[in-house]
Amino acid sequence: MRPFTSLTSSCVVLHAANVDTDQIIPARFLKTIERRGLGAHLFADWRLDEQGQPRPDFPLNSPDAVGAAILVAGDNFGCGSSREHAPWALLDFGFRAVISTGFADIFRNNALKTGLLPVALSTSAHATLLEQLAESPRAPVAIDLESQTATLPDGTAHAFAVDPFARHCLLNGVDELGFLLEQDAAIAAYESTHTAHVCTR
Amino acid sequence: MTPKTLVDKIWDAHLVRPETESTPAVLYVDLHLVHEVTSPQAFAELRNRGVRVRRPDLTLATMDHSTPTTPRSAGRLQVLDVQASAQLKQLETNCEEFGIELFGLDDTRQGIVHVIGPEQGLTQPGMTIVCGDSHTSTHGAFGALAFGIGTSEVGYVLATQTLLQRKPRNMELRIDGVLPRGVTAKDIILAVIAKIGIGGATGNVLEYSGSAIRSLGMEERMTICNMSIEAGARAGLIAPDETTFEYIAGRPFAPAGADWDAALARWNQLAGDEGASYDRSVHLEAASLAPMITFGTNPSMAIPIDGHVPNPSEAGSGPERVDLDKALRYMALEPGQSLLGHAVDVVFVGSCTNSRISDLREAAAVMRGRRVAAGVRMLVVPGSRNVKREAEAEGLDRIFLEAGAEWREAGCSMCIAMNGDQLAPGQSAVSTSNRNFEGRQGKGGRTFLASPLTAAATAVAGAIADVRTLS
Repeated sequence: MRPFTSLTSSCVVLHAANVDTDQIIPARFLKTIERRGLGAHLFADWRLDEQGQPRPDFPLNSPDAVGAAILVAGDNFGCGSSREHAPWALLDFGFRAVISTGFADIFRNNALKTGLLPVALSTSAHATLLEQLAESPRAPVAIDLESQTATLPDGTAHAFAVDPFARHCLLNGVDELGFLLEQDAAIAAYESTHTAHVCTR
Repeated sequence: MTPKTLVDKIWDAHLVRPETESTPAVLYVDLHLVHEVTSPQAFAELRNRGVRVRRPDLTLATMDHSTPTTPRSAGRLQVLDVQASAQLKQLETNCEEFGIELFGLDDTRQGIVHVIGPEQGLTQPGMTIVCGDSHTSTHGAFGALAFGIGTSEVGYVLATQTLLQRKPRNMELRIDGVLPRGVTAKDIILAVIAKIGIGGATGNVLEYSGSAIRSLGMEERMTICNMSIEAGARAGLIAPDETTFEYIAGRPFAPAGADWDAALARWNQLAGDEGASYDRSVHLEAASLAPMITFGTNPSMAIPIDGHVPNPSEAGSGPERVDLDKALRYMALEPGQSLLGHAVDVVFVGSCTNSRISDLREAAAVMRGRRVAAGVRMLVVPGSRNVKREAEAEGLDRIFLEAGAEWREAGCSMCIAMNGDQLAPGQSAVSTSNRNFEGRQGKGGRTFLASPLTAAATAVAGAIADVRTLS
């Protein structure tokens, strides 16, 4: 996993709450067996028209969106399906962080495991950010994972929460599998005292 | 001792390592269900790292999402889509290489992952069950802690049979009383989601309780637990009881003989202790419920079928109003309008929410001696090949076919629209599935979620209809 330490970038604002994973990456693109290449289909039905051309009124297609690595969206971002293809598509498109006031549980989990940082700000900090970006759409936001703060264009810093273990993995660019594999003895001990309830074979 | 809830008991029994401030708990997984869409990249990761599957004997794979449901020819299912075919072949290769049992397309037990687990007796009380699919919450109907995971976690479970988890909060949803005529499990869960909201249970496990829940059969309980995720819940479950045990007894993977007695003794200890407390409790009266239908673009946007579409101007000025405005535009509906009599193009009966034999019986009871209205396409898609055979043995297929509906092979079908079954842009469908997100059933398609009874009544009327007043 690519480490995440800090990021300073302009933002793209998606003025919608409850953005579901079917919008982030429609199911018809899930027939792939690869992780890569999904950015081409990110928000496919919102971003592209019938001919596959960019819709000029969609925020990701705005000239202001060029180079933005932070997506700002409404509450409960990533609700719906468990498809990890959603964070893969966001990363592949060029995003490294999503700022909202809240995330759906599975999306948050998946994002943290793939190197996409979900940043949940307070409702008031989020509203302030939206106001500032409405004033200056290209203004940068600085996200620092070590100190768990997001610094808005006006220079005010706002704290956000991240699970300490996920933070450790992101800062060091390691996934959880290494840690779990190191638990082999404890897992074997558990298995020796707990009989399996089923056998699928 | 502090009284424990059902979730507390299952959680504590699966701790390989308790959580600390710096690390989540290492939680043991009793059963891992795998399908073709969310697993290929996980197997690839195992291969990259030279890791084997730790417990293939606790793992089962099936094919459901990208499989066509068109009728078989000479017993074989033709997969014409090149990408889907490659994905299905990849699952075969992975299962063979890693020694995992696969219910493939030629297996008589193939079906939707959340239909076959319970059907085979693999889903049992007190277990932890995971799958790379958000509707894994279905298995909670048996008093199991069952939840959806992403592909990275699918890999972790394959490799170690464990997951890193923080303990979720526990929310009680109590539903007491007797359901009115025409009101089903689907209507209960749509009413619950409408009440608590699309993100209302985020960070929580929902435990459904109360006399109305107790009176439901297992397939109805599965319908309810299935849609827990649509309120944002991590999982949904129901304490096991005689109804649960009776359903499991005698199934292929269920314990038998002395093992059955031992299992029963264990299962009887699972229900929450007297005085166990929840982080939050919500109460609903069954008698106040009506058949429900969604009008918008997420499952919480639901109303009683004889109700009226809400007016965004009465929803304040915040994000709710923006959401509602956008939803009504997408659905081509007017504020305040009734949905009764609203024309539809397609009726879909199927999905992990409502494709079991009792769902098909309910729909068939409405269809018997009636016809699908002219201009309406009705698809009936059994959840598994076993459900299909059982329905055919009862003659349900004849009822649907004689009514003019399509009787299909088992699979996810039009719930996910990645297998050839989908709406055309602008088409409307009443669907027994679980999600009405924009484009969920096909790009530009419009979905109204409802029960099998409402779906069948709508097919007959050619427009959204109230089964209670169907002539």
